[in-house]
Amino acid sequence: MQMLQSSIGRKLVMAATGLCLVGFVIVHLLGNSSIFIGADGINAYAEHLHSLGPLVWVFRIVLLGLFGLHIFFGIQLTLENSAARPIDYVEKQNIRTSFGAETMIYTGLAILAFVVYHLLHFTMHVTNPEISVGVLPLDALGRNDVFTMVVLSFQKFFISAIYAGAMVALLLHLSHGIQSLFQTLGLLNGKTLPVMEKIGRAVAVVAFIGFVSIPVSILLGLIKV
Amino acid sequence: MDLTLYVWRQNGPDEKGKMEQYEAKNVSPDSSFLEMLDEVNEELIANGELPIEFDNDCREGICGTCGCVINGVPHGPQEKTTTCQLHMRQFNDGDTITLEPWRAGAFPVVKDLVVDRSALDKIIQAGGYTSAYTGEVGEANQTLIPKPDADYAMDAAECIGCGACVAACPNGSAMLFTCAKVAQMAVLPQGQVEAAERVKNMTEALLNAGFGNCTNHYECEAACPKGVSVKFIAKSNREYIKALGK
Repeated sequence: MQMLQSSIGRKLVMAATGLCLVGFVIVHLLGNSSIFIGADGINAYAEHLHSLGPLVWVFRIVLLGLFGLHIFFGIQLTLENSAARPIDYVEKQNIRTSFGAETMIYTGLAILAFVVYHLLHFTMHVTNPEISVGVLPLDALGRNDVFTMVVLSFQKFFISAIYAGAMVALLLHLSHGIQSLFQTLGLLNGKTLPVMEKIGRAVAVVAFIGFVSIPVSILLGLIKV
Repeated sequence: MDLTLYVWRQNGPDEKGKMEQYEAKNVSPDSSFLEMLDEVNEELIANGELPIEFDNDCREGICGTCGCVINGVPHGPQEKTTTCQLHMRQFNDGDTITLEPWRAGAFPVVKDLVVDRSALDKIIQAGGYTSAYTGEVGEANQTLIPKPDADYAMDAAECIGCGACVAACPNGSAMLFTCAKVAQMAVLPQGQVEAAERVKNMTEALLNAGFGNCTNHYECEAACPKGVSVKFIAKSNREYIKALGK
């Protein structure tokens, strides 16, 4: 419990949950990219996930817990940190930090808002019920037609734009977050820190391109129903 | 060279402060930054005005007493240089220079550019020492320390406690100051005995003193006049993880 009041302790919680969430982002990206195989790819992937039964719920609850901890301590630490400088500089010039690092709380909250929307859209079918797997006919093999749902959704420019905007937030968040979590976990030294900064940015860019390539391909008509 | 200064003037800890404009005329490029301020102050005194208060002591770049935020950067534009070792040749004729005190809730302004940094002492008091019995001076090689460890500890011990890391940190955190001490002692046999309590107590004292938390902006390392590395923060994080079970 003492750890959850400590400066380094809470930072470790941010890093450990952050690491798991980065893992989730990568797995999610790999899963999503099955859409490039076509309806057979992503529908089979979705069918496989749902066949896991109770494991799906275990996974969802763990993920919710990770998100909750990351968000709670992220907000708490940000509030403490801004209170630590009650009178601001008239002129302050930062030398080393990055735009991504300075905007962590904003990109984090943007990602949270997007995740809520994303679940309402694709999981709970609240925002666009007319394009949801419950309404659309099953595919030829009798599976939920996730492929058609995704393609019809991203053909709406507005939905694709929200998605792309959220991925910019994710790009910025990860560009600082990945190297930062390894530093916090104490895994870096003077030599490896600059390397990890580059790796972190590269992973962020790859994730951004990977996710955004899906709505872009759909809007360009490269993937169609 | 002629310069325009915008300086934070504040009469006391509870007074309201504001930026005021001063002209520094005929400044020699070979004078140090503090000598330039001395000349401005002499003119202020001659005119019956209160001189600009600023902290300084050794003026050799080793004591850690001086320091103000110059054009938005603690200790000014030259890398790894204290304010007293900054020379006016780093500036150009006609430049405008802003001068502000270290800004942090834990560093209340005493007067003008002088802040109270005793919060750093509280962190040291919480564990920046060893309780080993010292007694007589021991034999020179009584406790053998490998050269790489000695060098590592010396690099961390380069910290002069000026507080530029706090001033530079977007979160007003003293993590680099704290971790330099934690890391320095963690590699030395004398320090290892109390390593677990030290990292816990010193980081707790950091929060109690009103400093912020580290979010790895690395502004501290960039502003540090001694180039103390953020690798010591990673080292202290490792020390904290090791101490969790104890």
